Amino acid sequence: MIAINNLHKSFGDLEVLKGIDLNVQKGQAVVVIGPSGSGKTTFLRCLNILETPTAGTVAIDGHMADFSKPLPKKQIMEFRKQSAMVFQHYNLFPHMTALENVMEGPVTVQKIDRAEARAKAEELLTKVGLKEKMNEYPFQLSGGQQQRVGIARALALEPKVMLFDEPTSALDPELVGEVLQVMKELAQEGMTMVVVTHEMRFAKGVADEVLFMDAGRIIERGTPQEIFDHPKEERTKQFLNLIQNADTI
Amino acid sequence: MYLNSIFTNPERLERLLDIAQSSFLPLLEGAIQYTIPLTLISFTIGLILATLTALARISTVKFFQIVARIYVSIIRGTPLLVQLSILFYGLPTVGITLEPFTAAILGFSLNVGAYASEVIRAAILSIPKGQWEAANTIGMSYSQALKRIILPQASRVSIPPLSNTFISLVKDTSLASFILVTEMFRRAQEIAAFNYEFLLLYSQAGLLYWIFCFLLSLVQGRLENRFDRYVSKA
Repeated sequence: MIAINNLHKSFGDLEVLKGIDLNVQKGQAVVVIGPSGSGKTTFLRCLNILETPTAGTVAIDGHMADFSKPLPKKQIMEFRKQSAMVFQHYNLFPHMTALENVMEGPVTVQKIDRAEARAKAEELLTKVGLKEKMNEYPFQLSGGQQQRVGIARALALEPKVMLFDEPTSALDPELVGEVLQVMKELAQEGMTMVVVTHEMRFAKGVADEVLFMDAGRIIERGTPQEIFDHPKEERTKQFLNLIQNADTI
Repeated sequence: MYLNSIFTNPERLERLLDIAQSSFLPLLEGAIQYTIPLTLISFTIGLILATLTALARISTVKFFQIVARIYVSIIRGTPLLVQLSILFYGLPTVGITLEPFTAAILGFSLNVGAYASEVIRAAILSIPKGQWEAANTIGMSYSQALKRIILPQASRVSIPPLSNTFISLVKDTSLASFILVTEMFRRAQEIAAFNYEFLLLYSQAGLLYWIFCFLLSLVQGRLENRFDRYVSKA
């Protein structure tokens, strides 16, 4: 489903991604962990071309983007359609209700009939447990509810891949579960997902594969058991130790 | 002196009241015929011009940026009265003759366009980058994102400063009297030139301007409320 080859990204002189290679099979949930500044968010944003990689190729479901030369706008937009992003800070459109947020992509971009888009949006909001809140504006919703609208908005475009950028980091602890639950259901339904997160329990319970990134590279990858129970690399061990220590303080 | 004469001389008071009453309709007519249309038309054209200019300023195309900068710099750097004079009294020299009303519309529109462009540019830049990204990730093009996501939010931010521009424009239209547009202030001048009651007529005109601006500030309040419906009151 996703084939990434030698992906590089620099901001000026700072090289953030130093050659990422990755294949994700259809229906797989891949969780990316790593210390802050390791490049994991940049990596995810590159997959939706919210950052333009400096070199390398990404193919999603046969749509190939080669970043060694500048891409025409049209190709970028076509490539973006393959995936959809869920943001750390939700980034809902504040001037639209939950329903309008979810309908916006189908109506404005895909030119789907309003009534049809509305029915689909209602269905998605029901799925994320927000049927009762669909006419509320984002400021009237809790963080967890906003993020679930964010997921519904991304799903409305029927992307082949869902990208999650630390979707629970901005949430109060008691609201994290409701968002992870929705993500878990998605994974069980066979959605291909790439998730950047600090939620290790989610990684253990849901991920098919876990990647540990540090300093712009994938240091280690494997099943959750391999990474969490038998990490091979020293840096992975250090990182996991730090996280577990933080949990026990 | 003036007030004194009113109280000591009932005939004088009666004359003043007569003039005030008989000049009210001509002044109002000047407002309805010219002041209000001038304001509304110029503001509408000006806003379109301002939006285009703001977009040119934030565009990545150098040429657009430079053209927009030069335009704003010229308009903001020269007096409105000078601009109107050039349009009406100056252009005929090179064979372009404009009607007073046309010249006034042109002058005021260009003026509003330059000042409001800075307001709109600031408002667009005040919208968080995440809004652009969210628009992009659901597949929107630049113009779709602008139209559906960015400008609706930017307009909320720009209502107070744009209201300032609008209210200034109402008063600035009095400068059109200088290029022979018989708007409200020119009517006052004409009537006063006939009966020499300058204080009365100019005060009357001033009062009408103030009433218009007061009504506008009420409209501004309503607009702000309307746009604030999606913002937390906390």
